[in-house]
Amino acid sequence: MAAAVRRFLDSDLWFSFTRSPVTVVSAIVAAVCILGAVLAPWIAPHNPFDLASLNLSDAFKPPAWDEEGAREYLLGTDDQGRDVLSAIMYGARVSLLVGLSATIFATLLGVTLGLLAGYVGGALDSLLMRICDIQLTFPSILVALLVDGVVRAALPREVHDQIALFVVIFAIGISEWPKFARTVRGSTLVERNKEYVQAARVIGVPRGRIMVSHVLPNVIGPVLVVATLNLGLAILAEATLSFLGVGVPPTQPSLGTLIRIGNDFLFSGEWWITIFPGVALIAMVLSVNLLGDWLRDALNPKLR
Amino acid sequence: MFAFIISRILQSLPVLLAVALISFAMFAYVGDPVAIMLGQDYTQAQRDALVADLGLDKPFWVQFGTFVGNAVQGEFGLSYRLSRPVADLIAERAPATLELAFCAAGLALLVGVPMGVYTGLYRNSWLSRFFLTFSLIGVSLPTFLIGILLILVFAVWLGVLPSFGRGDTVRLGWWTTGFLTWTGVKALVLPAITLGLFQLTLIMRLVRAEMLEVLRTDYIKFARARGLPNRVVHFGHALKNTMVPVITIVGLQLGAIIAFAIVTETVFQWPGMGLLFIQSVGAADIPVMSAYLLLIALVFVTINLIVDLLYYAVDPRLRIGRGKGGH
Repeated sequence: MAAAVRRFLDSDLWFSFTRSPVTVVSAIVAAVCILGAVLAPWIAPHNPFDLASLNLSDAFKPPAWDEEGAREYLLGTDDQGRDVLSAIMYGARVSLLVGLSATIFATLLGVTLGLLAGYVGGALDSLLMRICDIQLTFPSILVALLVDGVVRAALPREVHDQIALFVVIFAIGISEWPKFARTVRGSTLVERNKEYVQAARVIGVPRGRIMVSHVLPNVIGPVLVVATLNLGLAILAEATLSFLGVGVPPTQPSLGTLIRIGNDFLFSGEWWITIFPGVALIAMVLSVNLLGDWLRDALNPKLR
Repeated sequence: MFAFIISRILQSLPVLLAVALISFAMFAYVGDPVAIMLGQDYTQAQRDALVADLGLDKPFWVQFGTFVGNAVQGEFGLSYRLSRPVADLIAERAPATLELAFCAAGLALLVGVPMGVYTGLYRNSWLSRFFLTFSLIGVSLPTFLIGILLILVFAVWLGVLPSFGRGDTVRLGWWTTGFLTWTGVKALVLPAITLGLFQLTLIMRLVRAEMLEVLRTDYIKFARARGLPNRVVHFGHALKNTMVPVITIVGLQLGAIIAFAIVTETVFQWPGMGLLFIQSVGAADIPVMSAYLLLIALVFVTINLIVDLLYYAVDPRLRIGRGKGGH
C-alpha cells in the first residue's frame, strides 16, 4: 500500500498536478462540491424535503451577513422557508447524479458502437458514422430536448413523472454518444491492424473476444479524457433542460430547477434564491472542466 | 463552381431526408393523433372515416411521401396545443427569432474580431489580459445564467432596460420588426448580449490564436521588410489569412445561436420560435416539434452550404487546387 502511494507520488501525473496551481484549486473546489453533494443528507444544516421542519415565517430570509438575515440560514431561505444552502447541496446531488449517469451511458453506448464500427467496418461502419455526422450537425442540447420531448409525448403522464430522471439521463446520453464513438473508432482502426490483433485472429480467438479483451484496453485511454470533459457538459445540459422546465421532476429539484424557481423572485429583490445555486453550478462545472483540461494535457505525450 | 454547388446540394439531400424521416416517424407513431383530433367520444365508424380521410391506412412509404410533399409546401398540419396551422405559428414567430439571432451574430462578429485582432497584436498589454480574463467568463457561464445576471443588474438594480418581451413592434407586411421603435430596440439589447456573448468570446479567442500564428510566418516578415505600413500588414495580409477558420466556426456557431435562442427566449420571454418549441416540448405538441426540427435542419444545411461557398471566395488556393483537379 505504502509502495503504491510512493509510486503515485513519484509519477509524472502527480508532478504535473502539483506544478499547476489552477489545477490544485479546481481539484479542491470540485472535491468540496462533490463531497457536499454526496454527503448532503448527513451534513446539510436542514432537510429541505422535510415538510414538518419548514416554517413559512422563515420565508425570504436574506443571507446571514445581511442585517435581516438569520445566522441559522447562511445563504438565506426561499419562498417556502427552505434553507438555500441545504437546497443547493441536495440539488447538486441530483445534478451530479444525472450528469454522471448520462456520461456513463453515453460512454458505454459510444464505446460499444465505436468499437463495432471500427473493428467490423463495412456497411455497419458507414451507417453508424453517417448517424454520427447527422447528429453532430446539430447542437447536442437540441438533440437532448428533442429526445426528451418525444419520450414525453410517447409515455402517459403518470408513467413519465415516475421515470423522469431516467428520461433526462437517456436524452443527454443519446445526445452525446457520437463524440465517444468517433474517438474509439479512430483508435480501433489503428489497433485492428497491429500484430497482436492479427496474432489473436490467427490462433482463432472469436471476434467479440478480440474486441473486448484485446482492442478495448488499448483504445480506452482517450475515452477517459473525453468522459471527464463531457461530465461538465452533461451537468450543464441537465441544468439547461431543468431550467427550461423539461428536465428533472420538481419533486427532485436539481441546481437548474432551483435557478428556474428562484428566477421568479428576481424582480421582488430576493436575488439570493437564484444566484447562489447559479454560483454553485458554475463552481462545479468550471472546476470539473479545468480538471479535464489538465488531464488531457497531462496524458498527451506530445505536450511534455 | 456550378458543378460544385450542385454536388453539395445533392450531398445535403440525404441529411434532409433522414431528418424528415425522423420527423415523420414522430408525427406518425408518437401519441395517437386520431384520438386527439376526435376528442372524448367517438364511434369506431367515425374513427375509420377520419383514418381514411387522413390517409393513415396507406402504406408507410406512401404516407411518408405525402408528408414530404406537404412539408415542401410548408404544410405541417395543426398544432395539438393551439389548434392552429403550424406553418402560421412558425411564420408569426420567425421574425422575432431571426432578428435576435442576427443581432447576436452581428454583435459577436463586430466586437469579437476587433478584440481578437487587438489581443493578437498587443498580446502583453493590460487590456489584452483583461479581454482574455473576460472571455474565460463568457466561455464558462451557461447562457441562462448570463441572462439572469444581466436582468438582475440592468433591469432590477439599475432599471434601465426591459427584462422581457419585444417592446413595441411595427408590421411590415407579414414581418414584424422591433428595430423601428425605441422600446423594441431597448428590449433587444439584453437578449442579444446574452445570446452573443459565448460566440463573441469564442471568435475573439480564435482570431487571437490565428493572428499569433500568422504573424510568425515568412510572408509577414517579407511584407514588413518591404516597408509596408503596419495597417496594411495587419489587416491586408494577416487578418485576411485568419479568415478561413473564422468563417468555419462562425458558420457552425450560427446554428448554435439558433439552438441557444431557445434558452435565451425562455429567460427573456421573447416571443420567438424557440419559446414556441419549448412550450411544445412541455405539452408534447408533436406537429410543432417535427416542423421545427425540419426547419432547423434546413437552416443548418443551408449554413453549411454557404460556408463551403465562402471558402472559395476567401481562399484562392482552393480555386486553383480545384482547377488542377485537386491535390
